Amino acid sequence: MFLTRKAEFSASHVCANPAWTAERNQAVYGNNANPHGHGHNYVLEVTLAGDPDPNTGMVFDLRELKEILNREVVDPMDHRFLNREIPPFDRVVPTTENLAVEIWKRIEPQIRRDGVRLHNVRLYETADLFVDYGGPAGEMS
Amino acid sequence: MRLTSRYRFSASHRLDTPALSREENRRLYGKCNNPHGHGHNYVLDITVEGPIDESGQVVNREALDGLVRERVLRRLDHRDLNTEIPELSGRVTTTENLAGMVREALDTNWTLPVRLAGVRIAETARNSFELEVPREQ
Repeated sequence: MFLTRKAEFSASHVCANPAWTAERNQAVYGNNANPHGHGHNYVLEVTLAGDPDPNTGMVFDLRELKEILNREVVDPMDHRFLNREIPPFDRVVPTTENLAVEIWKRIEPQIRRDGVRLHNVRLYETADLFVDYGGPAGEMS
Repeated sequence: MRLTSRYRFSASHRLDTPALSREENRRLYGKCNNPHGHGHNYVLDITVEGPIDESGQVVNREALDGLVRERVLRRLDHRDLNTEIPELSGRVTTTENLAGMVREALDTNWTLPVRLAGVRIAETARNSFELEVPREQ
């Protein structure tokens, strides 16, 4: 069974590679390369896969899941400038893709346990654009 | 990793098949068989799949937007699907067939360095149709 929990956070970022010229960054990232930054209301949907525990009837304790998401993602990232305040985005370009990978890295070890695994991280940058990341195992092909 | 980008277009159509009588068409398609046609605000989700490139992206947003705009939106937006889209001529303009047409339009001579993974079209907020594009073996 899949269980999905949603969380929101708002943050600013700049998508630009400091090793590249301003022209190349503009060509690759468009408006997102504005050096002054800009922001998004990110919406995160985390999906877990597992079987309901026969005693509790739950795949995962929702309160614990909420605490993990708050501790690892929302509290540190909400109302922050990702490039300046949230490593590794001082050296990794905080595209939505890289942000989804970082969120996976932060929460996966805390979710994994007998009978439960993190299945998907969906991150909306806007209501019209999102990425789905199923972890490093799915990225081989 | 998959990236999904959402687009919108508005178009008119009429559901009617020459394989059935006028009465059978009316019964099968109901309001959608109105001979004068009717329209929808379609919502199109395009999903691509690939590894993250050196820029930290699955795909260049402007390249994807440009392709969808050129191959799909420019051709379908504010058009009549029954009479103005050659690929749909002779076919019933259901959203199922429309999704197939959009997939073909994008996937033929696909120019992006990621693969097209899915086409989803919502005809209204209450019904949507999704085509999963299989990985080539």
